[in-house]
Amino acid sequence: MKLLTHNLLSSHVRGVGPRGLPLRLQATEVRINNVEFNPDFVARMIPKVEWEVLLEAADHLRLIEVPKGPIQGYEQDETFLRKMHHVLLEVEVLEGTLQCPESGRMFPISRGIPNMLLSSEETET
Amino acid sequence: MSCRRGRPELGGPPELYYDKNEARKYVRNSRMIDIQTKMAGRALELLDLPEDQPCYLLDIGCGTGLSGDYLSDEGHYWVGIDISPAMLDAALDRDTEGDLLLGDMGEGIPFKPGSFDGCISISAVQWLCNANKKSDIPAKRLYCFFSSLYSVLVRGARAVLQLYPENSEQLELITTQAIKAGFTGGVVVDYPNSAKAKKFYLCLFSGPSTFLPQGLNEVTDEEEAKGSTFTTERVRYKIARRGLVRKSREWVLEKKNRCRRQGREVRPDTKYTGRNRKPRF
Repeated sequence: MKLLTHNLLSSHVRGVGPRGLPLRLQATEVRINNVEFNPDFVARMIPKVEWEVLLEAADHLRLIEVPKGPIQGYEQDETFLRKMHHVLLEVEVLEGTLQCPESGRMFPISRGIPNMLLSSEETET
Repeated sequence: MSCRRGRPELGGPPELYYDKNEARKYVRNSRMIDIQTKMAGRALELLDLPEDQPCYLLDIGCGTGLSGDYLSDEGHYWVGIDISPAMLDAALDRDTEGDLLLGDMGEGIPFKPGSFDGCISISAVQWLCNANKKSDIPAKRLYCFFSSLYSVLVRGARAVLQLYPENSEQLELITTQAIKAGFTGGVVVDYPNSAKAKKFYLCLFSGPSTFLPQGLNEVTDEEEAKGSTFTTERVRYKIARRGLVRKSREWVLEKKNRCRRQGREVRPDTKYTGRNRKPRF
C-alpha cells in the first residue's frame, strides 16, 4: 500500500465521525519501489494530501527529506515534486497495521494489502 | 460472469465463488482476459476523462487486476477493492501497479471525500443484489455502497459500472439506490440485440447532468441504441423473414443485416451480393 493511498483512507467503522477519520499507520515491513515520475499527477494530488497524516506516517517510517507542506508555486518546482513523488508513490508498506483513532479498531496489512473487512456489528446498517 | 449452469451469484458469496481455481481462470484463460480487457476499455471510454491527464481512479471488484492493468497502461493510477483473498493473491503475483484493498463494497468505500477522479467496475456490482448473510438487506448494502461512492468521488466525476443484471427488477433496484445516493445518469447497453455480446454499463455522474453516451450498435436506423430497454421480444426477425424467398438476394441481405445487428463483422453489401452465379460455380 502506497502512502498516497494511506493518506486518503478513512475509517468506515459505524459511528466514527461524520466522514470517517484518517487511520494511524504502524509498519513493520516497508519497501521502496521505483516508480516513473509524472509531475502532472503529483501536482494534482498535492491539494488532496492531508499533511499531518503524511508527516506522522513519514516520521514513523523514518523517511528523510519529506517536505513539511506545500510551497508557493509547487507546480513548477521539480525538486519539491520529486520529493513528494518519492514519499507518496515509491514508499510501499508491506506489513503493518492501520488503527482507527476513535474506536481503536485495527486493520491488518499483509503483503501490502490492508484488510478493511468489517464485522457485522461495525457495519453502518 | 453468466454461465450456462446458472448465475454464480445464486450459489453463494463472492469470496467463496472466487477461489483459487476461479482466480486461475482470470490469469490463464485468454478468452476471459480478452473479454475483461475489452470491457475495461469500454468503461474507461465511457468515463470520458480529460485527455492526457493521469487520474486517480477506483476499481470496484478489481479481482486479479486485469482492468487495473488497462488503467495503468493508459497512464492512470488506481486503487482496487475486492472481497476475495484468492483473487487478490493472484493480482499480487501479476505484479499490478495499483494498490489493492481487501474489502466489501457493500460496507462502503473507506476513503476521504473527493479522493477519486473516477471509478470503474467490471462484472462486480450485481453481487450486491443477493443476500448471503441473514442480516444482509441488498437494498441497504446497495445504498451504502452508492452513497459512499458518491462521497469519495470528486465533484463532477463519473462512475462506470459494467454489470450483469439478472433481470429488469434487479437493474431497477440498483439504479434506484444509485439515484437515492445522489447520482444522475443511466444505463448504456452495447449490442442490445445479441445475447452474447450484450453488455450493460451503469454510467453515474456525481455532478450536473450530462448526456448519456450512446450504446454500441451496428444499426443506425430506428433501433434505439441507448436506454435500458429490457424486452424479451424477437418479433422483428420473424416479420422480416416472412415472405422472403429463400436464397433470394433480399434474403441474403436480410441475413447479413441480422448479423450486423448482432455486432458481427459482415462484408459490405455490393452489387455482387446475392447475385446469381454461373452453373459451374
